[in-house]
Amino acid sequence: IKFMQRGLDLETKKQLEEEEKKIISEEHWYLDLPELKEKECFIIEEQSFSLCEDLLYGRMSFRGFNPEVEKLMLQMNAKNKVEEVEDEAVELDVSDEEMARRYETLVGTIGKKFAKKRDRASYEEDENGHIKPTVKVKKMFLKPQ
Amino acid sequence: MAEAGGITTESVAGDRARAARTMLDQVVLPGEELLLPEQEDAEGPGGAGERPLRLNAGTRSRGRVVCGPGLRRSGDRLLVTKCGRLRHKEPGGGSSGGGVYWVDSQQKRYVPVKGDHVIGIVTAKSGDIFKVDVGGSEPASLSYLAFEGATKRNRPNVQVGDLIYGQFVVANKDMEPEMVCIDSCGRASGMGVIGQDGLLFKVTLGLIRKLLAPDCEILQEVGKLYPLEIVFGMNGRIWVKAKTIQQTLILANILEACEHMTADQRKQIFSRLAES
Repeated sequence: IKFMQRGLDLETKKQLEEEEKKIISEEHWYLDLPELKEKECFIIEEQSFSLCEDLLYGRMSFRGFNPEVEKLMLQMNAKNKVEEVEDEAVELDVSDEEMARRYETLVGTIGKKFAKKRDRASYEEDENGHIKPTVKVKKMFLKPQ
Repeated sequence: MAEAGGITTESVAGDRARAARTMLDQVVLPGEELLLPEQEDAEGPGGAGERPLRLNAGTRSRGRVVCGPGLRRSGDRLLVTKCGRLRHKEPGGGSSGGGVYWVDSQQKRYVPVKGDHVIGIVTAKSGDIFKVDVGGSEPASLSYLAFEGATKRNRPNVQVGDLIYGQFVVANKDMEPEMVCIDSCGRASGMGVIGQDGLLFKVTLGLIRKLLAPDCEILQEVGKLYPLEIVFGMNGRIWVKAKTIQQTLILANILEACEHMTADQRKQIFSRLAES
């Protein structure tokens, strides 16, 4: 009995496939139109003005009102003009003070990850969102007197 | 001649397709058809199959022409859909041929365009997304994960009524616009919630483009007055902030009025301000 066999041989497989294809192709609907070839078009439509006019970056700051925005202005407008920014080489070096600061807050953040739910509440945050590492007081056994 | 061909085929419609090259910086009206430079040459004299020799190889290779805002493609030609001045920009690289044509029109109503940086106002917070009003027909959606350093646990601090500077990732006529405050590398690069205080006001879209042009004198003069911060949204919204309320208001008035002032009037006003 063929249907219980684990695998059909190649020949029977091919025959079954062909029968299926025949059935499908007869029932398949298709359009009886000649094949239309799309003309190669050389015109691309774009709705954005940024491609047409070289507009500057939208955020601006003057006379040092917002130093981060001023830095951004230099970066983004330089990108448009494809100028080499050589300041990046200097910024790659991290000063020792910054390293020390980072590690101070890192201890708190990683510590929070492994703290139990009750201890998590004891981690406080200062203004910048940096986690202050607090010294945990371990509860020792008090001998009854 | 291109024009004769235009008349015989389109005499019914009454249109004459003109060469785009001749209409640069002139006013065009919706419904006009424009021919691109390559097409005129093919239909010109000697169009018995011979191509006239060209000395500059750039125009021979039929590069891709980009039709910008205000123009649509109709067959091989450009169809004007907005009234304004026709502008053209040559390709900078040289290899991507054809250049860009667009219509410099004026309007107040903004239609979201993919890639535009806009200022939006958060109107609602529903589940995982914020609804942001950008001045279009629908409020745009902004996912809370689309901020720098945002994770499911670490949600951004955005309240209803906040101002957001972001860009569109999805903006077409069939779908609700979606915006993000993050660029393709995952960095904020200036986008996100705009800080406290300051003043938001609305201007026409043409003025924004005029102020953001690379050689804008108005901004250079404004920058010399006093320390200030400005954010321009392509949807016609400008946010300004200065040290005192009076300075902020003066700045807002200048930016609104400079659209209709001549250069001389502007210089007068600036000199008066510099004195006081």
